[in-house]
Amino acid sequence: MTKAPTRSTQPDLLYSEAEDDLRAAVRSLLTDRADTAALLTRAEAGTPYDAGLWKALAADMGAAGLLVPEKLGGQGASHREAAVVLEELGRQVTPAPYLTSSVIATEVLLALDTETPEVADLLAALASGRTVAVLAVPLSASPYGPLAAGESRVPGVADAAAADVFLVLRSDGLYAVEAGEVGVEAQTPLDLTRPLAAVTVPGTAAATRLADSDAAEAAVRRGLLAGAGLLASEQLGVAEWCLEETVRHTRERHQFNRPIGSFQALKHRMAQLWLEVVSARAAVRNAADALATDSPEAALAVAIAQAYTSRVAVHAAEECVQLHAGIGMTWEHPAHLHLKRAKSDSIALGTAGSHKEALAELVDIEAP
Amino acid sequence: MTDAAELRTRAEELLAAHPPATTDRTTFLKARFDAGLAWVHYPKGLGGLDAPRSLQAVVDAVLNAADAPDNDPRRIGIGLGMAAPTILAYGSEEVKERFLRPLWVGDEVWCQLFSEPGAGSDLAALGTRAVRDGDDWVVSGQKVWTSSAHVARWAILIARTDPDLPKHRGITYFICDMTDPGVEVRPLRQITGEAEFNEVFLSGVRIPDAHRLGEVGEGWKVAQTTLMNERVSIGGSRIPREGGMIGPVTQTWRERPELRTHDLHQRLLTLWVEAEVARLAGERLRQQLVAGQPGPEGSGMKLAFARLNQEISGLEVELRGEEGLLYDDWTMRRPELVDFTGRDAGYRYLRSKGNSIEGGTSEVLLNIVAERVLGLPSEPRNDKDIAWKDLAR
Repeated sequence: MTKAPTRSTQPDLLYSEAEDDLRAAVRSLLTDRADTAALLTRAEAGTPYDAGLWKALAADMGAAGLLVPEKLGGQGASHREAAVVLEELGRQVTPAPYLTSSVIATEVLLALDTETPEVADLLAALASGRTVAVLAVPLSASPYGPLAAGESRVPGVADAAAADVFLVLRSDGLYAVEAGEVGVEAQTPLDLTRPLAAVTVPGTAAATRLADSDAAEAAVRRGLLAGAGLLASEQLGVAEWCLEETVRHTRERHQFNRPIGSFQALKHRMAQLWLEVVSARAAVRNAADALATDSPEAALAVAIAQAYTSRVAVHAAEECVQLHAGIGMTWEHPAHLHLKRAKSDSIALGTAGSHKEALAELVDIEAP
Repeated sequence: MTDAAELRTRAEELLAAHPPATTDRTTFLKARFDAGLAWVHYPKGLGGLDAPRSLQAVVDAVLNAADAPDNDPRRIGIGLGMAAPTILAYGSEEVKERFLRPLWVGDEVWCQLFSEPGAGSDLAALGTRAVRDGDDWVVSGQKVWTSSAHVARWAILIARTDPDLPKHRGITYFICDMTDPGVEVRPLRQITGEAEFNEVFLSGVRIPDAHRLGEVGEGWKVAQTTLMNERVSIGGSRIPREGGMIGPVTQTWRERPELRTHDLHQRLLTLWVEAEVARLAGERLRQQLVAGQPGPEGSGMKLAFARLNQEISGLEVELRGEEGLLYDDWTMRRPELVDFTGRDAGYRYLRSKGNSIEGGTSEVLLNIVAERVLGLPSEPRNDKDIAWKDLAR
């Protein structure tokens, strides 16, 4: 008889004071710089990124280097802090290559031999926020599935348009390829705030080898796992915004001579959503803490957070549109941006189903 | 100020003076109460030392390590969790002296005479009457859903003392003697076949005015102390992973491969995740309390556990297939203690239906979350300024 693994030490599920300060700083930056109208104008013009905002966040505030140790040019913080940044980016659905460059690509590089100058230099450049690197895999790639190596055209790569460097998995290892060597063909994404492109890396492209194939595959999986774990924080941010805005709207909107938020049928739905959001918060803090402490349970914590939070974010966004009613269906109201982000996130880095499948194995709940 | 080191010393002195191995259980518990180590945050002379509540853990750890007898808080939960804080806040010195020690030691079990057939979620609508007669009050009416009434020595009771006032006013709070000849307790058999609750009929029960808690007509305010303490109970203890209702069904899944189907696999995984997330949310709440930042999450946790218990136990009955058609035993029993997981899957399924009703229905709790946590406007109330006697019933 096998027993499910149990954790020997308790995860820290709270936010530290430093994390609260970081949240306040990021929120105030995003509130000032990332309003919906401007975001929509940029997205429609096909230039969704705001370079000034990225510089302020990634370089001036140092958010890009949170995961990177100080001796490698970063801030020497951890996944706990990066998770807080992602919660805020999720709240505002800000188009910024934070998850792709500062989390996934950074985590891939950190899993390699950081003594190698090519790896160390690239890491330092990412940590400074000067360079943006993107792992050339589809946004839907899960940490558990087969990794396609050496494919010439990779569709659905997130933030490719913002990338200076691509990390490319080939059958004989992992390579860094400058953006100039690569074909980037924009696709029309469901989520306007996270642009996608098909990336083609010609066989002749100049490339710097970073690792051999075994090290490369392990590093890419680690990058995708950390990405999935912190994506849950972004999803929490999306859900939180949706709930807050829905509560605000239903308190103010009057119909039948009453604020609609006083109707029990609506109150119960928002209370239910609140319960899901506070539960998701515990799950995503657990995942961030497990990644930060390199816990043996990190994979389990990520799978739990993803399996739960994807559904909560989509539910919150769908309720947000419904309870805003007509206005929730309009292009001008940001509800649709959150719905598109939530739905797209539910496919990104492994569906809830794929995370549950992984979990079944981890806790010995075997399939028939 | 009493600190952790001093409490540790006092606990060790108690153990030295009354070695658990050679001391009778009740004697030890009385000595513990008298040493102020029962509930350290209570006043001196009433089982405590005016110490911070958080230091109780220090005492408990020393006494547990020495295998000292405990006072079985589950058996006397209503007394400890609801009657005691109310007596402490509103009782006269005589009342506190008389009741707290036997309550804590477990010599006297308490029950709660609040709910009525016509006043469940709308508790303030209660109709049990208390009429002043000299130094006594004479109480008549009917209460329902009363756990432990068949073993209780005392009850906390709310009754209407002025029907001409609106329903929240004109209520008074009493301590009722369950051995009074006017008290009749009848088992209320329920969905599981057990009679865990009772109906209590009160016919001309005489309660001395000295057993009134709080002012005449202030019973609703006093009851809030009781009810707030009822909901505080969560967050005290840590649950291990698979520690709740999800444990037995997951174990069955592991041990009985022949029962597995794809549909049940998906549902089990989903519920396993939800149970683990609820456990983490409970742990987060506990950490917030320890860090001195109590959040509003507590009001929501009962909702989550109620729904989960129902879904998980329902899945378990299905997982058992043919066996799910059977029930362990329909004999009517009157348990002193309710063990939610102690019997078969069928019992768990049926008993868990009460989780979304007892201690506040899920519908009422959702309203509380919506109004007090999210700040949504309250439902229109048309009974606020109407005398209780004029309300439609």
